[in-house]
Amino acid sequence: MPTLTYRDALNQALREEMQRDPNVFLMGEEVGVYQGAYKVSRGLLEEFGPLRVVDTPIAELGFAGIGVGAAMAGLRPVIEFMTWNFAVLALDQIVNSAAKLLYESGGQLPVPIVFRGPNGAALQLGAQHSQAWEAWLAHLPGLKVVAPATPADAKGLLKSAIRDNNPVVVLEGEILYNIKGEVPDGEHLVPIGQAEVKRPGRDVTLICHSKTVAVALKAAEQLAEQEGVSAEVLDLRSLRPLDEAAIAESVGRTNRAVVVEEGWPVCGIGAQVVDVIQREAFDGLDAPVLRVTQADVPMPYNKHLERLAKPSPERVVAAARQVLYRD
Amino acid sequence: MATATAQTTKDAARAERERGLLRQMLLIRRFEEKAAEAYALGKIGGFLHLYIGQEAVAVGSLAVLRDDDYVISSYRDHGQALARGIPATAVMAELFGKATGCSRGKGGSMHLFDVTRRFMGGHAIVGGHIPLAAGIGFAIKYRGGDQVCLCYFGEAAVNIGAFHETLNMASVYKLPVIFCCENNRYGMGTAFERVAAVTDVVEHACSYDMAAELVNGMDVFAVRAATERAVARARQGGHPTLLEVRTYRYMGHSMSDPLHGVYRTKEEVEAQKQRDPISQLALKLTEDGALDQAGLDALDAELRATVEEAVRFADESPDPDPAALTTDVLVD
Repeated sequence: MPTLTYRDALNQALREEMQRDPNVFLMGEEVGVYQGAYKVSRGLLEEFGPLRVVDTPIAELGFAGIGVGAAMAGLRPVIEFMTWNFAVLALDQIVNSAAKLLYESGGQLPVPIVFRGPNGAALQLGAQHSQAWEAWLAHLPGLKVVAPATPADAKGLLKSAIRDNNPVVVLEGEILYNIKGEVPDGEHLVPIGQAEVKRPGRDVTLICHSKTVAVALKAAEQLAEQEGVSAEVLDLRSLRPLDEAAIAESVGRTNRAVVVEEGWPVCGIGAQVVDVIQREAFDGLDAPVLRVTQADVPMPYNKHLERLAKPSPERVVAAARQVLYRD
Repeated sequence: MATATAQTTKDAARAERERGLLRQMLLIRRFEEKAAEAYALGKIGGFLHLYIGQEAVAVGSLAVLRDDDYVISSYRDHGQALARGIPATAVMAELFGKATGCSRGKGGSMHLFDVTRRFMGGHAIVGGHIPLAAGIGFAIKYRGGDQVCLCYFGEAAVNIGAFHETLNMASVYKLPVIFCCENNRYGMGTAFERVAAVTDVVEHACSYDMAAELVNGMDVFAVRAATERAVARARQGGHPTLLEVRTYRYMGHSMSDPLHGVYRTKEEVEAQKQRDPISQLALKLTEDGALDQAGLDALDAELRATVEEAVRFADESPDPDPAALTTDVLVD
């Protein structure tokens, strides 16, 4: 199986879907001539031309709305946000147009659109460029939200998102774009709404998504080496719909859980996962569920402070030790 | 002789078209009056933004469109919905929240939809639908079609960022969109000149290198003619146009708001009614000999009956099934 970067896996998904369906087009800042702020759209302008790879002004609200309007008229837009931090300016179109048109029209107007771009912190970009938005987005009925952690999932979920007849949010990551992994050639679809066990284990479930999958995997390694603990790493992959059955099944086996996310703690994705666990796996629980999140502060610039703010393998190991009553 | 006959036929056809305009405007007027009554009786909930006074705008502009063109509007959308041909029964039933409404009772007054007529909705965040219109225009251009998208919004939307972002992109991408600003002078209770540095909306077109026209919105023929020019520009090369149509709403912003008082005087409202678009058109048709008083009375009686029937239909229609609560959130 070929090895690709996450960036090239996304590029492959876009190219294949644009080849497959002439209604698919890509629109956003720097996607064309510049080849993408993070080079996800490299080569697409040359292959598909300026009608299908559309450079925009810096006007997130405007071009997000143009995307929704194009979807209302039957096209399948992929709207790239340079980062989700800037997509906040476009939330009116995501929240009030994309997510509601089907319902308020009584089922007449599906909106088959993808909103994608990097989410969460990279390195030392400061408070306004280092935010994880999944809790905001997953809150909304009418949207689907996915957050792939690996190149294979990035390709498979983006292809599924483009073929979906609903608005789908795809959360990527600046520091994910360079990671490498095996990616199946051609038709590789990851169904939206299915979590995946990235490392099987017996003693505790580490529930994570996107960048925190790597954090959890590293923590699981340390737990195995240093503590003799067998940690299962469950990658949610989809945040709406959430794979409640997979969460309940895993925690039902391990009886303990730690939820790891890049977002802030209050009303976070982890809070939702904990709700699922207490409802669906209550009888199997041997310890309170703990969460590892970003510190409840705007992201600092200083690199030492930034490291302290982010979820780390060390913090996950510490939380796992606690739910295993090893402290 | 042949020429005279042709001329007579042409005149008759024109009179017929003009009576058609009057019919639509009067339908909207009678519909809105009835909706106000139903609101007072508690049959209609939430907000209800009436179109009374502005009828010439929707009717004059929509008279130009083809069936395969697109229409999108704000929350003051009953007039455009009716002028686009959505049956009064389906619109009234939507106001009543019934399953037979044009949005199956899930949208309400502010969210009328009929995709078969390419009526792409009433939208209730001021200015939020203006980018959607450009997106529809983008799709038309993408497919190489010659349709247009006609987008209605009030003058208050001109102060919103979405308006400016969209006009810029519509001009850059050359999208076949007609931006029809219905300037009725007041955003709720705030006079436009109190909150807008530039009070001639048409001036904004200069910033975006866009064609623009200032139109008398109390004259249905002026609205129709300006829209014809804008539609021609859009069909031939996809050039957008900004129309500023000066009109006036007789009623409050919504049913819960006063007609006049702190923000405008009764005298102002009464003076505006002297320019009433329906009276003006009726007078012209009478003067032309295209309609006499008996004909006008008959038309009015017919439309009152149509609206009565719409209320009866809405009243007797079922509420949506409780199961409808959770449908239409996502499609398969």
